[in-house]
Amino acid sequence: MNGFIEPIVGRYVHVEIEGETNRIYFEENGSGIPLVCLHTAGSDARQWRHLLVDEEFTKNFRVIAFDMPWHGKSNPPDSQYGHEYRLTTASYTETIRAFCKALKLDRPVVMGCSIGGRIVLNLAIEHAREFRALIGLESADFQQPWYDTAWLNRPDVHGGEVCAALVSGLIAPNGPEAPRHETLWGYKQGGPGIFKGDLYFYRVDGDLRGRIGAIDVNQCPLYLLTGEYDFSCTPEDTLRTAAGIPGAKATIMERLGHFPMSENPAQFRRYIAPVLQDILDKQNS
Amino acid sequence: MESDHGRQSSDPPVSFSPDVVIAGFRAIPELLARDAALTARGRWLDVDCLLGPSTQPFHVAIRAGKIVDMAPAPVLMRSWRFAYRATPAAFAAYWQAMPAPGWHDLLALTKRGQATLEGDVHPFMAHLQYFKDLLALPRQNGFGGAS
Repeated sequence: MNGFIEPIVGRYVHVEIEGETNRIYFEENGSGIPLVCLHTAGSDARQWRHLLVDEEFTKNFRVIAFDMPWHGKSNPPDSQYGHEYRLTTASYTETIRAFCKALKLDRPVVMGCSIGGRIVLNLAIEHAREFRALIGLESADFQQPWYDTAWLNRPDVHGGEVCAALVSGLIAPNGPEAPRHETLWGYKQGGPGIFKGDLYFYRVDGDLRGRIGAIDVNQCPLYLLTGEYDFSCTPEDTLRTAAGIPGAKATIMERLGHFPMSENPAQFRRYIAPVLQDILDKQNS
Repeated sequence: MESDHGRQSSDPPVSFSPDVVIAGFRAIPELLARDAALTARGRWLDVDCLLGPSTQPFHVAIRAGKIVDMAPAPVLMRSWRFAYRATPAAFAAYWQAMPAPGWHDLLALTKRGQATLEGDVHPFMAHLQYFKDLLALPRQNGFGGAS
């Protein structure tokens, strides 16, 4: 409808991370339990735009999605221009906690996808008491690499094109065309070396094998959901991870790949709705 | 752990005839010639490569995104810059209208050991979506029940 204005509100919040003020862009809609959403490596928070306008979810959840520093509308910190970007377990964890603290969120739910799915496991290991529940999409303690990340940032290969082409195969076949293109557009727009820098966390620094046994879901419930067409974080990777965490709930999602919330929002909704309802029921019981 | 399982893929996911897979591959130059958008996407690409079923690969010469020659290997002393070869089972699965999980992408096939990527892969990576779509053309042509 011409002239329709979506209910999403976007603002900037100043967040101190690793001793430096970062100007972080975030979007939000709804009221109730804070639900902080983490985008995938090399993309930005636009991936969550369908969840952000879900009329049912936003009645009970304050849905918040932010662009990580270096991503989307969150610029690199002033001192870091000219330096190679590398996300680490420590910097990622600090960023999420600092963002939640800056917005004064009371025990938010955090839902992350891909690298976001990995980091929620670390939040569960180290900071479970700060969160009401944790949701990992395409989440595992480790997965086998399937390409050399050196191809993502070199002057003789178009970075946007190669990033998008690599991840295109992680989207389930025969899903809706426009969301597929929009998901890939996010990858075509990433800054040089940012996808690669995110994958430093994913491939090198963030191996959580041997640590997930410390997760206590009684302190903080943990939900893991993975698309059957994700050959990067495979269903087997997620089920193996969940098997090492007593009480973790794992679901394999049909006709979805690595970007469930953006590649096929309607199909994803079928799976995330009962999870959010479960969190709501626990809150009200 | 509590878990809800989705569909699980089987190995190999479809029955196939090797001759039909090779015939499907032989149709690619004509299918590309009819696909103006894909040809245009490859307009900066000039390469001699080795592509196809591992049992019968083809020397493929691409100029400005068009296949100008395709000959079954071996060809005496013909060189290639990179090779992407997959098992006939992998191509048969890749070309299904709804490929099974893990059989739906060229690099999913290399990850599962059903395909190999060798040589100087720069042209392959610089034109990755072109090659993914090129080698998927038989899917749109009705192989495996596609329409």
